[in-house]
Amino acid sequence: MKSVIVKNLLGLRDWIDERFPLMQLWNEHVGQYYAPKNFNFWYYFGVLALVVLVIQIVTGIWLVMSYKPDANFAFASVEYMMRDVEWGWLIRYMHSTGASFFFIVIYLHMFRGIMYGSYQKPRELLWILGMCLYLALMAEAFFGYLLPWGQMSYWGAQVIISLFGAIPFVGETLSLWIRGDYVVSDITLNRFFAFHVIALPFAIAGLVVLHILALHHVGSNNPDGIDIKANKNAQGNPVDGIPFHPYYTTKDAPAVVALLILMAVVIFFAPEMGGYFLEHNNFIPADPLKTPEHIAPVWYFTPFYSILRANTVNFFMVPAKLWGVIFMGLGTMVFFLLPWLDKGKVRSIRYRGWIYKTALGLFVVSFLILGYLGLLPPTPARTALAQVCTVIYFLFFLLMPFYTKWDKTKPVPERVT
Amino acid sequence: MQANVDISNTVSLQNGAKLFINYCVSCHSAEYMRYNRMAKDLGLSTEMVEKNLMFASDKIGDTMTIAMRPDDAEQWFGVRPPDLSVIARSKGVDYLYSFLNGFYVDPSRPTGVNNHYYPNTAMPHVLWELQGLQDKHGDAHQTSSDGEMTPVQYQQATRDLVAFLDYVGEPAKLVRYKIGFWVIAFLLVLFLVACMVKKEYWKDIH
Repeated sequence: MKSVIVKNLLGLRDWIDERFPLMQLWNEHVGQYYAPKNFNFWYYFGVLALVVLVIQIVTGIWLVMSYKPDANFAFASVEYMMRDVEWGWLIRYMHSTGASFFFIVIYLHMFRGIMYGSYQKPRELLWILGMCLYLALMAEAFFGYLLPWGQMSYWGAQVIISLFGAIPFVGETLSLWIRGDYVVSDITLNRFFAFHVIALPFAIAGLVVLHILALHHVGSNNPDGIDIKANKNAQGNPVDGIPFHPYYTTKDAPAVVALLILMAVVIFFAPEMGGYFLEHNNFIPADPLKTPEHIAPVWYFTPFYSILRANTVNFFMVPAKLWGVIFMGLGTMVFFLLPWLDKGKVRSIRYRGWIYKTALGLFVVSFLILGYLGLLPPTPARTALAQVCTVIYFLFFLLMPFYTKWDKTKPVPERVT
Repeated sequence: MQANVDISNTVSLQNGAKLFINYCVSCHSAEYMRYNRMAKDLGLSTEMVEKNLMFASDKIGDTMTIAMRPDDAEQWFGVRPPDLSVIARSKGVDYLYSFLNGFYVDPSRPTGVNNHYYPNTAMPHVLWELQGLQDKHGDAHQTSSDGEMTPVQYQQATRDLVAFLDYVGEPAKLVRYKIGFWVIAFLLVLFLVACMVKKEYWKDIH
């Protein structure tokens, strides 16, 4: 026998359902969304990215309550938050730690997609939406990093914006237009604040909805790269699929808690993370007259910063700086082409041959080395190594149509393993 | 040099506060640090702070500002003495400890001293009464004039001072380790419960 409370709640649900497709949405995306049953460790990072996004938005709202987007007060308002606002230090550390964790989670999420061929037909658009999210996230992080108005905020923005100056003819005008001033100033801070707290969060939230809609339309890939919709039972549900709820809600919950534990370790015991999450020089207020000796972007941008610096030769009458900007841009954009560069007959790395595995391994190693080199000041030896890694980075994509075609693949099983 | 500060040691922080107010706050401000916050965190009474530790201000809720005008400072020292609120976060405690122990006699400098860790610093050796003057850095026996403290006492005093600066850089540091322990303990329990729920739901999936 049902209690009165349950009866009333069910009544409310039915009342809403007559006026809004509540149960239909729930079933389509949660209750009756069939996901492959063989998800492994790598399949946690999508939901984890969503969790970090929520943390960033919620902490961000509270940060804006105390932050002042004004060149004269920005730095002081952050310190005010750290000292005088109740729990302000916790909210700020959650946000700063969340930024780095967002990139850790997204890089692993992207690697999963590459490793299991999740971008292949019919998931090309899903992949492109994901890449748009990645670019929006990079922009969001870049704009947000200026807001504390420390030395690294200021000079990092100065360096990145001046890169646009390398573009022929329109470059100088373009960087002037972005800054709104001849140097990074209060005007720049105000517009970056607007982008960081309104424009990009809005774009990211919208893209997340599209990303999830696209995913639920084509269905999730899996570590075997098998189409589970090819095998359906009498009810029309995939034999190798299980409803997202309760199976993946209960499976994702421990992963979310594990992520929170890792974040808590950083937030409470090492919020600066040795200067990688919060740079030491950013505790010096921005000073337009004093350029720091060594300007390095935060760790999540360093692979691309390395590619930028690796271009030291003028050729084809194009200056090295412009080549750097071009290759850095290509380095982030080239992922968009993956669905068409990959000519392999299988999706998952499990059934690919040694050539693909070697290529992917070299790519990951070169990406990590580039990231590490980007943290350090350049020396001739480091630049040479960065050049080698840049070549490997681009060859992974450039040669992909060939090696994925020649690679000897293994037979793919009928059912998930 | 290793600072080896211990900000959980309240006596060390109190001693550091005393040195900081007496020797540093005449030229350096700590404009984000409030006197009453310091009183609360260091277990000092309001009266005690007002009587003994407030020379530049008369309101307990004020921050540690200084009376010296920036333009005057620039004229007298050549640079404006930096605000010390977050100096421990930008420079690190080891550097600050080394700097305070790195002054040695150098007649070629206008202040009569130079610093091993920050060559040609504009800062005079404010603590020379305590340390005495070293002829050469790192040679404690070659002090040309003895200070009020022994070398070991001076090292402890500067360690206290740096510990206080570490606290000033981030007052929340005093509580965040303790809170973090309980947060993580709670999350670990939650993790176990979540794992058990997952196992129960998944027992029929093969």
